[in-house]
Amino acid sequence: MRIFEIAAFAVRGLTANKMRSGLTTLGILIGVASVIMLIAVGNGASSAVEQSISGLGTNILTISPQRAQPGGTAKPLTAADAAALVGPDSPDVKYASPVVSAQATAAYGDTTHDVGQFIGSDPQYFSTTNSAVASGNLFSANDVQQARKVVVIGSTVATQLFPGTDPVGKPMLVNNIPFTVVGVLAAKGSSGLQDADDVAVAPLTTTQNALTGYGSLTQIVVQAQSADALPNAQAQVTTILNGRHKVTDTADYRILSQDQLLTARTATTETFTVLLASVAAISLLVGGIGITNIMLVTVTERIREIGIRKAVGAPRSSILGQFLIEATLLSLFGGFLGVAAGVIGSQFTIAGIQPVIVPSSVLLAFAVSALIGLFFGSYPASRAAKLRPIEALRHE
Amino acid sequence: MSPVIEVRDLRKTYGAGDTAVHALRGLDLTVEKGEYLAIMGASGSGKSTLLNILGCLDVASSGQYLLDGIDTGEFDEEQLSLLRNRKIGFVFQSFNLVPRTTALANVELPLVYAGVRRAQRRERALAALDLVGLKDRVHHRPNELSGGQQQRVAIARALVTSPAIVLADEPTGNLDTESSRDVLGILDRLNASGRTVVLITHEDEVAAHAMRTVRVVDGRVAGVLV
Repeated sequence: MRIFEIAAFAVRGLTANKMRSGLTTLGILIGVASVIMLIAVGNGASSAVEQSISGLGTNILTISPQRAQPGGTAKPLTAADAAALVGPDSPDVKYASPVVSAQATAAYGDTTHDVGQFIGSDPQYFSTTNSAVASGNLFSANDVQQARKVVVIGSTVATQLFPGTDPVGKPMLVNNIPFTVVGVLAAKGSSGLQDADDVAVAPLTTTQNALTGYGSLTQIVVQAQSADALPNAQAQVTTILNGRHKVTDTADYRILSQDQLLTARTATTETFTVLLASVAAISLLVGGIGITNIMLVTVTERIREIGIRKAVGAPRSSILGQFLIEATLLSLFGGFLGVAAGVIGSQFTIAGIQPVIVPSSVLLAFAVSALIGLFFGSYPASRAAKLRPIEALRHE
Repeated sequence: MSPVIEVRDLRKTYGAGDTAVHALRGLDLTVEKGEYLAIMGASGSGKSTLLNILGCLDVASSGQYLLDGIDTGEFDEEQLSLLRNRKIGFVFQSFNLVPRTTALANVELPLVYAGVRRAQRRERALAALDLVGLKDRVHHRPNELSGGQQQRVAIARALVTSPAIVLADEPTGNLDTESSRDVLGILDRLNASGRTVVLITHEDEVAAHAMRTVRVVDGRVAGVLV
């Protein structure tokens, strides 16, 4: 019964100074909204990474060159290595695609575009990376053999360089070397940290001829017969490469399965999420200190009023209750608006990342904001309640 | 019949050691039920300290204070707030109304802390405001009322709980002559209807309303004037 009356006093206290209450609420609002949004961004990034990696398939091994160990010499990975990986000695390997990547600037007419990833490989590369063609054709094994200057471009490159026109059959300059666009890949969407559609794929031979030279491959992408055959395929690949590279103790290459890649990338994005969340938590804390500050000011400003209330018989508990309710209402209201702002803000793509809300973070942020009110409000409230009536009344 | 107020050897000291100020030095006072007492004294004589202790706003350093037969010395803060709420109505020189709050809400305030239900609270507050002649000002805020009207609201607040005593600390000190007459008239009527009233004043005309006047000098009762 009386708790409602005390709550009504608290509400009246808050509405009496709307500007101040509003600004305090804003502090909590920003804290809560940023916790929700930043965690959602981190979560969105990691789920995008997961998606893009699992999009590659679970039966993929990536072999990349390692720097030489002291005292040893590192042999480059070559197209011949890749070719040797498919054969009777490795029944569990389905394909092995040699991959080189290059820095490239593409141009069409007056338009230029820095391609995110310019890749030289063979036609199998498209199937191992789950890339489908949207228009035109992929290049063929024959194109690779003949080192024809053909290129398949991703949808981002297509829209950047050929807005409004069909790129298929058009000439495109790559680092001033003329290529012909033969196909456009279907859009895959952003993979979190990079745009998977900002890509161009040309035959391995052509790329080495024109752009990278004949050094080591960037990677060999191996596709196993199935996901279950992956460990066997990895063993067979290791045996073949060790034989070819005459490895005695430390290998001059590194084999990563999708699982490992996923684990490594997930760990990175988790760190990223934790970092974002701690920044957000700090802003929530600052909001809490803001509440303490405002409540202290409120208490000091209203010491006389507290004296009056005590003089007419307000017990300590009701004064304590009134100011605690004021602080909690401020932070709950701010928390509620913050949840709304965070959820609305998470609907937008932020820095190329589609945020994915973690429901527990919403709950957590809201609960923490309520606790902040209680915790940070309790000090000023107990100070108010402890005042002797005559001291409070004499305060000017 | 036991007296409403019985004070024995009341002492109040502020500070300690050489800088200690002795506001009350062994004061004795008895107020009978239904009495109308004026306390007079020069400023610094301790009369305000006395009234604050009588109103349970302050606690004496030593001595005994029986309110309505209850020894207040053994009471903790929680019980004292109950006493202030049920037994005492206090009227201040500077009105002390809760700002930005209507006259009605101000008068209802002690009843809220007493746990009186809303409907009954409203009824009693309106009756109290009617008694002080402010029936048409119930929804005005303190800053919309004159000094005299504010003091009448404060008196309504003091008497709405039907306390054993009404204590008034220079209730007319901040008021003009006409408002003073209104306020004193209300106190007279309260006393006439049986309420015990104790007021502080340094004006003889005000003291003349009382049945009995005591003079406080240097923290003691100096003499009783009739």
